[in-house]
Amino acid sequence: MKNGNSLELQGVRKDFGEFEVLKGMDLTFKKGEFVAIVGKSGCGKSTLLRLVAGLEKPTGGQILVNGKPLNGLNKSSRTMFQDGRLFPWKKILQNIGVGLKGDWKSNAMELLEQVGLADRANDWPSVLSGGQKQRVALARALVNQPDILLLDEPLGALDALTRIGMQRLIEELWRKRDFTALLVTHDVEEAVMLADRVILIEEGKVVMNKEINLPRPRKKDSIQYSSLAAQILDRVMQVEGKMEKKAIHA
Amino acid sequence: MTTTLQKEVKLKMKLNKKFNKFHLISWLVPILLLVTWQLLSLWGILSERILPAPTEVFQAGVALLGTGELIDYIGISAQRAFIGFLIGGIIGFVLGLLNGLSSIAETLFDTSLQMLRNIPHLALIPLVILWFGIDEEAKIFLVALGVLFPIYLNTFHGVKSVDKGLIEAARVYGLSGFSLFWNVLLPAAFPSILVGIRFSLGIMWVTLIVAETISANSGIGYMAMNAREFMRMDIVVLSILLYALLGKISDVAAKIIEKRCLKWHPSYQ
Ligand SMILES: Nc1ncnc2c1ncn2[C@@H]1O[C@H](COP(=O)(O)OP(=O)(O)O)[C@@H](O)[C@H]1O
Ligand SMILES: [Mg+2]
Repeated sequence: MKNGNSLELQGVRKDFGEFEVLKGMDLTFKKGEFVAIVGKSGCGKSTLLRLVAGLEKPTGGQILVNGKPLNGLNKSSRTMFQDGRLFPWKKILQNIGVGLKGDWKSNAMELLEQVGLADRANDWPSVLSGGQKQRVALARALVNQPDILLLDEPLGALDALTRIGMQRLIEELWRKRDFTALLVTHDVEEAVMLADRVILIEEGKVVMNKEINLPRPRKKDSIQYSSLAAQILDRVMQVEGKMEKKAIHA
Repeated sequence: MTTTLQKEVKLKMKLNKKFNKFHLISWLVPILLLVTWQLLSLWGILSERILPAPTEVFQAGVALLGTGELIDYIGISAQRAFIGFLIGGIIGFVLGLLNGLSSIAETLFDTSLQMLRNIPHLALIPLVILWFGIDEEAKIFLVALGVLFPIYLNTFHGVKSVDKGLIEAARVYGLSGFSLFWNVLLPAAFPSILVGIRFSLGIMWVTLIVAETISANSGIGYMAMNAREFMRMDIVVLSILLYALLGKISDVAAKIIEKRCLKWHPSYQ
């Protein structure tokens, strides 16, 4: 089950008019791999996820999903957005069942139990807290068992404590359900906490691709963890430093 | 546990009492006005030729109820209002959806509709009488025309301003075509559409009043004009009150629909 590539990007480029956002990306993602994507704001992380989701077409190159070229919406992927994007006019259970056919209710209920919100099935989204909304969004993304889960800064708007709980939940569900995860985050520690591999994007190119070989569950107080996190953070800051210098010279 | 529950219950009861008090107070002014009106008529300060006493209006109502005329007239007026509203509402709604969803339709129709919107529909009355005479069609046409634009504008605006992020999420979750419309676009536009409906209900009654007063041989407006010829002040006042009552009823109905359909909306929780 876990051999073979879930996703391959071959020379993928994306322009918006004159503006080149992604300048030729070659990446492979193994089945069941957890990959974190970090980089400065505006470097093209969301664009990369939108390409993989099939919401945008690459200007050049191609994307292979399970070995087949992607054309149109990527049906084997689901996206979880930073702002949750629950439908306010649907109750929690109906939000999870959006787009599902047949006997989806028991499935949706099971997912809701796994994210610990079974008792809120009949509430409107507007009465939930930010963290609870994101848990519903996670359940919705996972309910019809996607091969690839795309997470675009899903925890960016949460407070520190809720965030830690959500990170644990994402990891737990990932281990149970065996999907490939692409997590965009601006928090390097979060990336090191969760990912098998951390990718750094700078000016539309991959400038770092680092395996994280720490045993799970990971502990923040281990020396390897903190040294790795510091190393990656250094690299990210280098990128930012370079950009600042450039800006000064320009 | 029990203490907090008890506290909650007490608080709710308190709130209820407060609410009831406010409710009573809101009726105080109308009742006072009515009593003053009655007393002024009784003492002869208010001439019968200017305004008959409330009791006389009431008696006129009872008499007309007895002959069955009143029910007939209310029925025919309500029917005109309803049919006109339905026709104008559906046309406005469909045009709003079409122009909101398709940019081709928008460029084709929106400018023309915005221009037509600026013609006061009541200014068309002479033309409408020439076209339809004083038959039913004339009144229904005018009501439909008056109702059309508020519903068009609000539907259009509602559909246009649906959160693009939600549409994108819906697409990611496999919705497209009719299921996208039914599950996302329509509910998202619904608050705005309801604003249009409430607004146009007001226009509906005003249009009908004017149309029935100018040309009709049945309905509340006809009853008023007929009574004027015979100097039946009580029936004239009765007609005016009836219009007010019907307007209020349709507004309450719209509010109930709003409350039921927008349960999800934070401002209704
Ligand atoms: N639809 C679009 N049209 C034009 N420019 C866009 C569009 N989407 C994104 N961009 C630009 O592409 C760059 C990368 O955006 P994005 O992928 O959202 O960055 P990130 O998620 O890394 O912060 C930004 O400069 C943004 O302005
Ligand atoms: Mg982004």
